[in-house]
Amino acid sequence: MANDIISPENLVYEKPKLMNDTAMHYCPGCSHGVVHKLVAEVIADMGMEEKTVGVCPVGCAVFAYRYLDIDWQEAAHGRAPAVATGIKRMWPDRLVFTYQGDGDLACIGTAETIHALNRGENIPIIFINNAIYGMTGGQMAPTTLLGQVTATCPYGREPDLHGYPLNITELASKLKGTCYVTRQSVDTIASITKAKRAIRKAFEASMLGKGSSLIEIVATCNSGWKLSPAKANEWMRENMFPEYVKGDLKDTTGL
Amino acid sequence: MAEQEVTLMKGNEAIAHAAIRCGADGFFGYPITPQSEIIETLAALKPWETTGMVVLQAESEVASINMVYGGAGAGKRVLTTSSSPGIALMQEGISYMAGAEIPGVFVNVMRGGPGLGTIQPSQSDYFQATRGGGNGDYNVIVLAPNSVQEMADFVDLAFELAFRYRNPAMILADGVIGQMMEKVVLPPMKPRRTEEEIKKECPWASFGKTADRQPNVITSLELKPEVMEVRNLQLQEKYRQIKDNEVRFETQQCEDADYLIVSFGSAARIGEKALEQARAEGIKVGLFRPITLWPFPSRQLAQLARGKKGILVSEINAGQMVQDVRLAINGAIPVEHFGRLGGIVPDPDEIVKSLKEKVIG
Amino acid sequence: MKTEIIISGFGGQGVLSMGKILAYSGLMEDKEVTWMPAYGPEQRGGTANVTVIVSDERISSPILSRYDVAIVLNQPSLDKFEPKVKEGGILIYDGYGVINPPQRKDITVYRIDAMDKAAELKNAKVFNMIVLGGLLKVCPVVSTDGLKKALFKSLPERHHGLIPLNMKAVESGMEIISKE
Repeated sequence: MANDIISPENLVYEKPKLMNDTAMHYCPGCSHGVVHKLVAEVIADMGMEEKTVGVCPVGCAVFAYRYLDIDWQEAAHGRAPAVATGIKRMWPDRLVFTYQGDGDLACIGTAETIHALNRGENIPIIFINNAIYGMTGGQMAPTTLLGQVTATCPYGREPDLHGYPLNITELASKLKGTCYVTRQSVDTIASITKAKRAIRKAFEASMLGKGSSLIEIVATCNSGWKLSPAKANEWMRENMFPEYVKGDLKDTTGL
Repeated sequence: MAEQEVTLMKGNEAIAHAAIRCGADGFFGYPITPQSEIIETLAALKPWETTGMVVLQAESEVASINMVYGGAGAGKRVLTTSSSPGIALMQEGISYMAGAEIPGVFVNVMRGGPGLGTIQPSQSDYFQATRGGGNGDYNVIVLAPNSVQEMADFVDLAFELAFRYRNPAMILADGVIGQMMEKVVLPPMKPRRTEEEIKKECPWASFGKTADRQPNVITSLELKPEVMEVRNLQLQEKYRQIKDNEVRFETQQCEDADYLIVSFGSAARIGEKALEQARAEGIKVGLFRPITLWPFPSRQLAQLARGKKGILVSEINAGQMVQDVRLAINGAIPVEHFGRLGGIVPDPDEIVKSLKEKVIG
Repeated sequence: MKTEIIISGFGGQGVLSMGKILAYSGLMEDKEVTWMPAYGPEQRGGTANVTVIVSDERISSPILSRYDVAIVLNQPSLDKFEPKVKEGGILIYDGYGVINPPQRKDITVYRIDAMDKAAELKNAKVFNMIVLGGLLKVCPVVSTDGLKKALFKSLPERHHGLIPLNMKAVESGMEIISKE
């Protein structure tokens, strides 16, 4: 009797077709899984399954290629925008996007990020900002907040010692090559819906040749932050959102 | 035939023309002396309006090599060019390309080092070129042109070898070959490959997963050591095949020679003149020129050296290729080195003098 | 027949382009040629030199120890390359600014006052063509016909109007060169 409810007409939700059954290596509570799902949905919604190449970073999303059944290239640390530039310039009719974390995009790869955005490469860049280096075990990131404790600033980030958090998304919004720069999160159903719309807009803008996009997702790293998933979301809203204010910073797409 | 026309140009210019003619899809580069004429010539020729080839000035050599990674990882014929300090910056990308088995092509028009060094010619990147250059156990195919004609011819050859073995291939030139002008017959125009042709030639390439196959993932990453060892062994097997099949070299007047000069690239041109001068003095000298520096023609050189009295390895560095020559000769006959450093190019007189002093004794 | 030539002077004197035109002329006459500049950061007033080899046979080294012909256009070039002219070879120098003229007796020395001539013609830009004319007079490595063809080949079409002026400069160089 209990199984009667599982039938096609009762279907209200299904796993995105492009997501395979590989068990994710992400920690429970991590934002990556949700963003992966959104990317998979957007590619399928656009009908671009056969024409998409993703570029993954070095960082927690290094294995993103395991989870979405599309073609991928794994870039060296920080170089994803350059790799994506190479692919997109060679295959202009492909949907080419990068998926990067804060250390990858805003630290070691700042030059590649800024110049790809400034050239107006027709690539969307998805930027997961959790203010910490997750994969290597919770060290300070360029976006680590002042006072935030990490493995390499165990007494809290101090400007005199460590410099200030880098607001690279704001910087990107000032570049002429960008058509869409936005900051989102995936901590509530409403914010997930908005984040998906943002990803869709950026992906479409790239295929219309409107220039580059940066979609920052302010995200949690409950393992690195040493908090429960629920507490991590609370901490993010309390501490991250005031520094990294959500919303569109630039939109010239007309979409 | 217009395509057989003999023209006069610099080695650097020949690289640019040859890239367009051999059906390259993209060039990504950053200016640096003594090879900036390559990107300047490409920009002036505007191939994007004719063959559709893309030419992009990147923000750094780090970016250019990673653009090559992306483009070649997507199955296209893509190249970059630079000079010594720029090539040093590219080593990360080259190692990743070797690990991910990406058939990119790059050109090093060497200048003197270390560091910022000098803009004058040098051959001091031989070790970097032939020992991999970046991290890990890998090799890139290294072709050493000694004329403007070979600069033109080796571009297509480098692409052919790179795609045949899914391995990065390098043209190792220097400031002499890059800056000198000589007669050259440019290779015939070859069309860029179509999407169908790329699909067929590069079933591994990552440019959109079609329903008939699994996703293609271009990566050098593998965290399980037992799997990574297998991958490394596969690479080593590939390198063995390249060693068996792709050794290239040239000899001059070695048959009756008592002594050999072993040189590559521009040093081999100077060595040839030294040979002429020594022969005029009655000294029987031959010249052995490795064209592939990796794989190095060890067996061929060892055979040829049998019965000779000694070898002078003349290169524009402090003694790099001489190590490969000594490994090949394995103590059978004396092997000496002559080189000039810091951007000084030796002249033929110096080589003859060194041959007399160090080898003939 | 192979002629190994060094041309040396100040940057901005047209040393490299003179060599280039000579090399192009060789190409027009189906000869083997190499043009090897001593390159550096591009600047006027620095030193510039170029080795040009024109030959009926294959050319080995573009870098040489000694030369059949040295064309030296300032004192430092004269000091550097006079000793490197082969015995029985040719040295051509412009007397302008030269305090210590060539001394060797085992080579043939020619003087060409091309700097003065260019000033007289009120066209400093044809200086190098005057020198080239002098070279072809005393050492006809290529013909003036070949040279003319080379100018058409190597100059962009918008400059073809200047070729008669250049050929005139070549003629004047042929006239004013004199044996020391």
